[in-house]
Amino acid sequence: MSVQIELEVLRYDPEKDQEPRYQTYSVSCQDEWMVLDAINHVKDHMDTTLSYRWSCHMAVCGSCGMMIDGKPKLACKAPVQDYANRKIRIEPLANFPIERDLVVNQDDFMEKLRRVKPYVIRKEEKPIEEGEYKQTPAQLMKFKQFTLCINCLCCYAACPEYALSSEFIGPAALALAHRYNADSRDQGLAERHKEISKPEGVWDCSFTDTCSDACPKHVDPASALQQLKIATTTQWYKELIGMGDK
Amino acid sequence: MELIKTDIAIVGAGGAGLRTAIAIAESNPDLKVALISKVYPMRSHTCAAEGGAAGVIKPDDSLELHFNDTVGGGDWLTDQDVVEYFVNEAPKELMQLEHWGCPWSRMPDGSVNVRPFGGMKIKRTWFAADKSGFHILHTLFQTSLQFPSIERYDEFYSLDLLTADGRCQGVVAMEMKSGRLFQFQAKAVILCTGGASRMFKFSTNGAIKTGDGTAMAYRAGVPTKDMEFVQYHPTGLLSTGILLTEGCRGEGGVLRNKDGYRYLQDYGMGPETPLGQPVLKTMELGPRDRLSQAFWHEQQKGNTIPTPWGDSVHLDMTHLGEKHINERLPLVRELSILYSGVDPVKEPVPICPVVHYMMGGIHTNIDAETPMPGLYAVGETACASLNGANRLGSNSLTELLVFGKRAAMNAVEYAKGQTSTVSESALKEQAEKVQAKIRELMGRSNGTESIAGIRRGMTDTLESGAGIYRTEDTLKETCATLGELRKRYAGIELHDKSNVFNTDLFQALELENLLLLAQTVAEGALARKESRGSHQRLDYEARDDENFLKHTLAYYQGEDAPSIDYHDVIITKSQPGVRDYSGGAK
Amino acid sequence: MAYVRPVSKTTWYLGNSSYTIHVINELMAIFVAIFSLILLWGIGAVAGGEQAYQAFLAQISSPGMVTLLWITTIAIFYHAIAWFKVTPKAMPIQKGEEFLPGSLIAGAHYVVWIVLTLIVLAFAGVF
Repeated sequence: MSVQIELEVLRYDPEKDQEPRYQTYSVSCQDEWMVLDAINHVKDHMDTTLSYRWSCHMAVCGSCGMMIDGKPKLACKAPVQDYANRKIRIEPLANFPIERDLVVNQDDFMEKLRRVKPYVIRKEEKPIEEGEYKQTPAQLMKFKQFTLCINCLCCYAACPEYALSSEFIGPAALALAHRYNADSRDQGLAERHKEISKPEGVWDCSFTDTCSDACPKHVDPASALQQLKIATTTQWYKELIGMGDK
Repeated sequence: MELIKTDIAIVGAGGAGLRTAIAIAESNPDLKVALISKVYPMRSHTCAAEGGAAGVIKPDDSLELHFNDTVGGGDWLTDQDVVEYFVNEAPKELMQLEHWGCPWSRMPDGSVNVRPFGGMKIKRTWFAADKSGFHILHTLFQTSLQFPSIERYDEFYSLDLLTADGRCQGVVAMEMKSGRLFQFQAKAVILCTGGASRMFKFSTNGAIKTGDGTAMAYRAGVPTKDMEFVQYHPTGLLSTGILLTEGCRGEGGVLRNKDGYRYLQDYGMGPETPLGQPVLKTMELGPRDRLSQAFWHEQQKGNTIPTPWGDSVHLDMTHLGEKHINERLPLVRELSILYSGVDPVKEPVPICPVVHYMMGGIHTNIDAETPMPGLYAVGETACASLNGANRLGSNSLTELLVFGKRAAMNAVEYAKGQTSTVSESALKEQAEKVQAKIRELMGRSNGTESIAGIRRGMTDTLESGAGIYRTEDTLKETCATLGELRKRYAGIELHDKSNVFNTDLFQALELENLLLLAQTVAEGALARKESRGSHQRLDYEARDDENFLKHTLAYYQGEDAPSIDYHDVIITKSQPGVRDYSGGAK
Repeated sequence: MAYVRPVSKTTWYLGNSSYTIHVINELMAIFVAIFSLILLWGIGAVAGGEQAYQAFLAQISSPGMVTLLWITTIAIFYHAIAWFKVTPKAMPIQKGEEFLPGSLIAGAHYVVWIVLTLIVLAFAGVF
């Protein structure tokens, strides 16, 4: 039992190449393989010079995001059966500079993540001895799905706004800001507002929903961003009447 | 070579590294922390841990019970001062995580919930659905972003420690995107680089778990401890080795052989408990070593279910119901469907024991200190020893937090008191040796060996000789094979000559680390002529407290196999007893 | 050193069906604008008295205007349906630990739309 697949892989070594080129590999895959297994096979047995990121092989570390047949996906979650007997393109995630082969430069995202202050902000901290901040299952559900983001950046690769205007803070970072805004233990909405309400914050989003479509963890960042738009507008009015901190 | 001067260098940015960094930054914002990792922090393997983190908070529980469960679970090879400190601090650390925003699963009244876990008498495992490690990692990473004193060096591959004047003074690391070497000079270095389960053929571990920090310390003369104790997690998916959390059994999942029989009762873990009503420390909630060993015996008897990828047994969760599984085990369901084509709601999932964790690691004490001044280690990379001969599930995530904090406080005190001058010339010389080593590796031609080939040889020999059950002959053969493989390593040529993100080079370096540590596993196992916890010898089936109630130390001997020595176990309150996981256990 | 792949500001939406559909959806807003202008024109005509109103009715009954009105109506329907499809994402409604299904929220929008339409038609004397 085996699946034949042809991988047309983008190669780029800045020390040798002026621009990216493509190299094709024919792989005989086992039925249950993911595209990542096929790529690992190429690296182990056909071409050790191929560079890419991967680790967990269970769609939780977010390392192996890449463009597979034109769509941003986790290579460890893309069954080769879906591409049987076809030639598909394997390229680094769109909208990021290419460092080498399938490895993109993620500095922009790391910086934007920091800017939205994705951590609990409180006016007053409760001492550890006093126990946990009570949070009912219903309160947890309010933000739970937005905690599932593995930072794989597939949403950035899918987002046309990010493609066109690289200042856009982007789906994952903004969704994480909303995750904290919606967490009953957090009181940092006003502080995050400054960054989120910028034009390149949530307002650059035109709700194409392509981010949620691409998200391998069903986080639905588009939903977070639209909720953020409402919250940001509300906050703007509150600040207008001097009630920004309430 | 670039030179970075920092106060404290932390290698590894997973749960341990991040907790350590936060502890330093929170208490001493004036100290510079260099957090060096070969991957972005979110990629660290902490993210794959599923089940939860143990800490006593419920009124029916006690620190003493947690202590006894851990010491007994570790087959009395745990250092009891370490365990005592650990169980004491555990609840505080988990509560701190809650304050930092960790989305722990809750009781209806809003308080934190706990679930049953293997080898624990009372349920005390805090959990965040079945993605506890993931949530802990992201909570720590996101929390760390608010501290400007933490300078992160993401995708810097650490190569070797810098030591002089009898102490550790820093580390040499390569910026992966440029190939440039950086000399980090620090007053203290804390290693948080995780375990090395990738030396085995099938493991639950990701590609990055190659023991880099452990190997660096080992090469620098620090001994490893108890490396022969390798934990097999009882329930991994075949072919991929992907983990299905112990939480499956905590929620009531059961193990059945080819006849549908719950075979664990034949191995001292009975009597059979009612379906869906697991009893702690019994049957499927026995400790991991016993469960994995039971599989091996069933395999010998021919009771396992053959699959194209090897023998299996069934993890049956069909009686739990869709709603319960979706709430408590959503990731497990997704993983089963995606990677084995089986929906646990409808059918039992074929699983087998898979290498998961290394109890062994760098020799440390209760203060996370290694024998080398200025060098500390935390987490799976270290062996304190909290876990002894067999780790209880959900203790390791808490271990990262408790000892991350402790290492931080000790390293801060050491760094502040460190007034000696930096041995600039000695460090420069060492750094240049590392550079020469890389140049040599990159410059090789006419290679006769491949990385994949030598890696395969290593994983094959460990599988056949140092698996769940070991004998003198199989271990001797493995030791010999590993010696051979180390020699053959010189024949590896790197076809990738680029300086930019050269994964050919990184894989070669990781392989070298794995080979070194594999020798400590095999030699340690050969020398330990007894069975204890996860180290089982068919030729020495009993536990031998008289001769082997001690830790195995392995010392680097260059091209030769490591030399083996021993170190006492710290025993305070609990004298070695019988590990009783039958239904009547107290 | 790192290679930046160029993105065309004019043709970015071609070659990806999701993007193309999105741009089409957004372009439907033009027809919403056109209808608003026609509506304002009509309101102005009503305000201008019986003669102005009759003139307006005559102009709007021309084949060209009727065609435009039909195209505009279809476009607005399309736009509304596309919008209702994604509205549940913008306004999740939580009841206890569950969220109301998206179909319920979208469905409620359709119900309101139909009811309002019937009210307007009733005022217009259709029934």
